[in-house]
Amino acid sequence: MLHSVAIIAVAAIVTLIIRAVPFVAFGGKREVPETVTYLGKVLPPAIMVILVIYCVKGINLFTGSQGIPELLSIAVVALLHIWKKNTLLSIAVGTILYMILVQVVF
Amino acid sequence: MESKVKELRYAIVQSIPVMLGYLFLGFAFGLMLNDAGYGFWWAFFISLFVYAGSMQFVLVTLLTAGASLWYTLIMTLFVNGRHIFYGLSFVENFKKMGITYPYMIFSLTDETFSLLCDLKVPEGMREERVSFYISLLDHCYWILGSCVGALAGRVLPIDTTGIDFSMTALFTVIVVNQWMDTKEHKPAVIGGVVGALCLLVLGADTFLLPALTIAAIILLGVKKKCYIPSQS
Repeated sequence: MLHSVAIIAVAAIVTLIIRAVPFVAFGGKREVPETVTYLGKVLPPAIMVILVIYCVKGINLFTGSQGIPELLSIAVVALLHIWKKNTLLSIAVGTILYMILVQVVF
Repeated sequence: MESKVKELRYAIVQSIPVMLGYLFLGFAFGLMLNDAGYGFWWAFFISLFVYAGSMQFVLVTLLTAGASLWYTLIMTLFVNGRHIFYGLSFVENFKKMGITYPYMIFSLTDETFSLLCDLKVPEGMREERVSFYISLLDHCYWILGSCVGALAGRVLPIDTTGIDFSMTALFTVIVVNQWMDTKEHKPAVIGGVVGALCLLVLGADTFLLPALTIAAIILLGVKKKCYIPSQS
């Protein structure tokens, strides 16, 4: 319980510090270092792909459901989103599909 | 007084897209948190104080795993690090916010950022106040969605097994958006390859931080080879 509160406090404080950095560091019209700008553009896409992998880290391709519910649902989310570009629709359809797959089918 | 009501009404209309998104995503977060054994008040305080979409989903996994505080710190840096670049656009703009200045910085999420970027207030309305209302409304939607989700998880007789996939779906949608937003796909490909390799080599429990670190180092290494069009 106490440890949970500490985890949440760390996440809250670090998030606030991150959001405050530009106002504190670059408030005085100082130039933003080029490397920082570069990382700001290239890091988020790499991080997000890794986070998707993080979400499915528990699947085993050789036993049980062989990761089919996860991989199928991710494919549906991606294709639906490319097609309709509607964030809520993509997430809702993907999640419901996944819930049906793990609760009913597998 | 009259003008404040108009400004609030304008802010509500502007924030409707985020309202739908935040109520829905917050709801999914609340359900997932409740599933992990953390109920209403946890959802309320996390959404009040942390207030960061993707990070809160990751936070659920950190809580269930009983992660260390150092691990939490580094994960937060990686997942929320991009927020540094949102503030850069508002360094000048927020200076006139007065007493709401700290709150505007605290509440600058991805979605609020996008609304404030697009904001062009009509004649006769004060931009500072409209901006503040939008930020505050977004925060309220998020808290409301989370709390309702946490309650629903307890009250509704539905099997919520698999609801945590909403996190995977959210991240997948972000990946697709980022992919279609640019012609430079090296960062995403590097992330995918490094992530998959680290998972295979290091296993599910420990791969995340090494994967993020190695990807960042490689991206710094290929800096000259990555074509990134400059944004204005």
